[in-house]
Amino acid sequence: MIDEAIVERTLGAALRTGGDFAEVFVEDKRSSSAMYDDGKVEELTSGRDRGAGIRVVVGDTTGFAHTADLSEPGLAAAAEAAAAAARGGGGGERVVSLERRSTEPPNEVEILPETIPKASKVELLGRADSAARAQGSAISQVMARYADSRRRILVANSDGLLAGDDQVKSLFSISCVASGDTGLQTGRESIGATVGFELFDTYDIEELARRAAQRALTKLDAVPAPSGEMPVVIGKGGGGVLFHEACGHGLEADLVNKNASVFAGRVGQQVANPLVTLVDDGTMAKEWGCYAIDDEGRPAQRNTLIENGVLTDYMWDHLRARKEGRESSGNGRRQSYQHLPMVRMTNTFIGNGPDDPDDIVAGTERGVFVAQLGGGQVNTATGDFVFGMTEAYLIEDGKITAPLREGNLIGNGPEVLTRIDALGNDFAMGSPGTCGKDGQGVPVGDGTPTLRVARLTVGGTAA
Amino acid sequence: MTDELLAVADRVVGWANDHEQVEVVVVHEHETEVRAYDGEIESLSSAESRGVGIRVIADHRQGFAYAGTLDETVLAETLAEARDNAAFGTPDEFLALAEPDGVAVADLELVDPGLATFSTDRKVDLALDLERAVRSADSRIIGVETAEYADSMSASAVVTNTGIRTAGSETACFVMAYSLAADGDDTQTGFGFSVGKGPDAVDLDRAARDAAERATRLLGATKPSTERLTVVLDPFVTAQLLSIVGGTLTGEAVQKGRSLFAERLGESVASRLLTLVDDPTDPAAFSATETDGEGLASRRNPLIEDGVLGAFLQNTYTGRRAGTASTGSAVRGYSSTPGVGCMALALVPGDKSQAELISGIDNGLLVQGVAGLHSGVNPISGDFSTGAEGLLIRDGELAEPVREVTIASTLQRMLLDVSAVGSDLEWLPMNAAGVSLVVGDVTMSGS
Repeated sequence: MIDEAIVERTLGAALRTGGDFAEVFVEDKRSSSAMYDDGKVEELTSGRDRGAGIRVVVGDTTGFAHTADLSEPGLAAAAEAAAAAARGGGGGERVVSLERRSTEPPNEVEILPETIPKASKVELLGRADSAARAQGSAISQVMARYADSRRRILVANSDGLLAGDDQVKSLFSISCVASGDTGLQTGRESIGATVGFELFDTYDIEELARRAAQRALTKLDAVPAPSGEMPVVIGKGGGGVLFHEACGHGLEADLVNKNASVFAGRVGQQVANPLVTLVDDGTMAKEWGCYAIDDEGRPAQRNTLIENGVLTDYMWDHLRARKEGRESSGNGRRQSYQHLPMVRMTNTFIGNGPDDPDDIVAGTERGVFVAQLGGGQVNTATGDFVFGMTEAYLIEDGKITAPLREGNLIGNGPEVLTRIDALGNDFAMGSPGTCGKDGQGVPVGDGTPTLRVARLTVGGTAA
Repeated sequence: MTDELLAVADRVVGWANDHEQVEVVVVHEHETEVRAYDGEIESLSSAESRGVGIRVIADHRQGFAYAGTLDETVLAETLAEARDNAAFGTPDEFLALAEPDGVAVADLELVDPGLATFSTDRKVDLALDLERAVRSADSRIIGVETAEYADSMSASAVVTNTGIRTAGSETACFVMAYSLAADGDDTQTGFGFSVGKGPDAVDLDRAARDAAERATRLLGATKPSTERLTVVLDPFVTAQLLSIVGGTLTGEAVQKGRSLFAERLGESVASRLLTLVDDPTDPAAFSATETDGEGLASRRNPLIEDGVLGAFLQNTYTGRRAGTASTGSAVRGYSSTPGVGCMALALVPGDKSQAELISGIDNGLLVQGVAGLHSGVNPISGDFSTGAEGLLIRDGELAEPVREVTIASTLQRMLLDVSAVGSDLEWLPMNAAGVSLVVGDVTMSGS
């Protein structure tokens, strides 16, 4: 992607006015997408983003600059800007000699999307549209989107590290609108993986479209969701969003470090029901949040965060780990070369528990069953978090009954973790997600078996 | 800067073939961001970025490509990609680029020349001062998670071979603080910010005061029991609500069957107290702009007048399809084709301050912040449910703080249930202005 000697000289330029650490991050990303809406292929889009981000760390201060100019003078200018921003006092020549480290990717990519004719990508969209509309005349609108990306990165730093990765992702989503006497309702499904076009050998696009359509149709009969505290059962797969918000963000070392997390200072303590073992695993083959190396050149790892309810560790990036005199956990990520890395999750999940999922519902007298979750948001300092339910039902006398209108649920992370009182044996990963933090979005995965929270506040309008 | 961008765009448009329409959007932006933490500079970023987006329409089909650079070879490649992509679109007779429509471009002062000479040292000082000001505002402030100064100078140009050729520049400055307050085991957070076209317009003290007050006044918050009550939305919350409502009032949402207001032109869809206008030519608006994403003059578009739905926003495509015309409401970045959206949405204010509005409420909730608008609000069905924090209102006075609650209704009901609009209109760093808003009959879910 770029000559090693140029990278070495750029690091030298970055450290010319002093500095404890310097890093060059080079990215070359090509993406393509196709949008189908309202019965038409609206457009195909091709994108190209290429550039380098350079940071220089002096004490607790980071200087950062980025450039789309990858020539040696372009990189040198960015290095000088980053160095000036970091305000290093000292000086002197530093020679960096790089040593290439290679890390095996979590999985091989079989079919590079760039080798697939555009017509084949477009053809998927029309098939999805037809399958969704065939579910009933009440399906009044269908939007489908295909997207792929190939992101090649190279990271080099003043510790001599030189590493690269080639990250290929494929995504397909479909959203349906159903019209009925009660107005409009929506249903959505998406699949995504760190693979190439072979994604579509694994998944049946028509089946995905039918599921999205059914979600919208089911909700035409939805009643207002209840309001107030009650037991909430979350179906397999989707519950990962709950953990992502309830404790995932609170276990990111940058927030812990600033005392902006309710989980600060709680390593070694029982923070959850002993049923709960929470893992963040960037090495999970093909999953949406996996990679060979993170955006600081560190190999992805499997990190156990909570073991049998006891908090075992936080997630770390280079900067925060260095401050604590420990190793990064491979969680340093950034949206693009235009951003500074920070601590981010990868694929976050809870493994299987002992319970039969049917028994969990049957054992719930009155409550809510959430079949599909939307996104969520957390205030890590207070622990209060919300997540949306895009498909949910009432549970009455241990049975799933009426579909519910959409809404948010709200809870407090540390409280909810101790209120998980049933964990199923039907583990599944959820839908591909984009996690937003501090204005940067990165791809993440999550998963859980069916689980129950004994008490959670449902934000509906009915009594 | 704009001459340079126009030259690039002109050159690419000059490569157009006879039977195709070509639109080129070029942007160039400088940004500086300084973050202070614990009395030190945590990070200082300086960035310069350029980008180009090229749209080709040929045989009624559309293709698009973009690149994050203006390198000559990449420009040619990007045009070729857009052209190639157009071959795969479905023919649609309404697809066309904008053409000059005779609407004059407003002359707005969107550049503060003072920013260009504002030194990095002074930016650093602002960030450090902001952190210090938040910390010293109240003894219960135990930390400032983020204290940030940011600015940008951006320029953009849109050129087509259908007669559009516009360019503009703007500057923006921003300070933002996110504070942590504690009392015993209880921790709360609050944000404060101030924005303007240049450094002189930024009110650091106000940002610091808001950040401290929003956090400290929630200390001791508890979870109340569930009930239906009247809510007063703080200006920042109202702006977020308006932004969602604005999204439902576009020709795109209507034509694609995704607007809950689709069949309601001329009908009462809101309280008669509501008059909603999208006016990007208002120079006070943070998002004021002279032209839209297709290079047409931006203009004042009344959407709801005295509660009656009067119009939808259109871009060139949706305007043609509706049999009307663009309302100058194309919104986009260089990496996407133009959508339709509001740019500077505001309610016509009433005559009472927030305190006066509160004094008329026996039992209510002042909503200071909301969480999860993206996950609990469905702008197609109208379902509205969001996490909330704020202060209860009892007998016309602010009472104890509450947390971990949701407020829920539907967008349709909330617009009809508005019982007062405040006088405290303020422009925020988004596409809508804030104002205190009183909405009746909302469900607050707690314990």
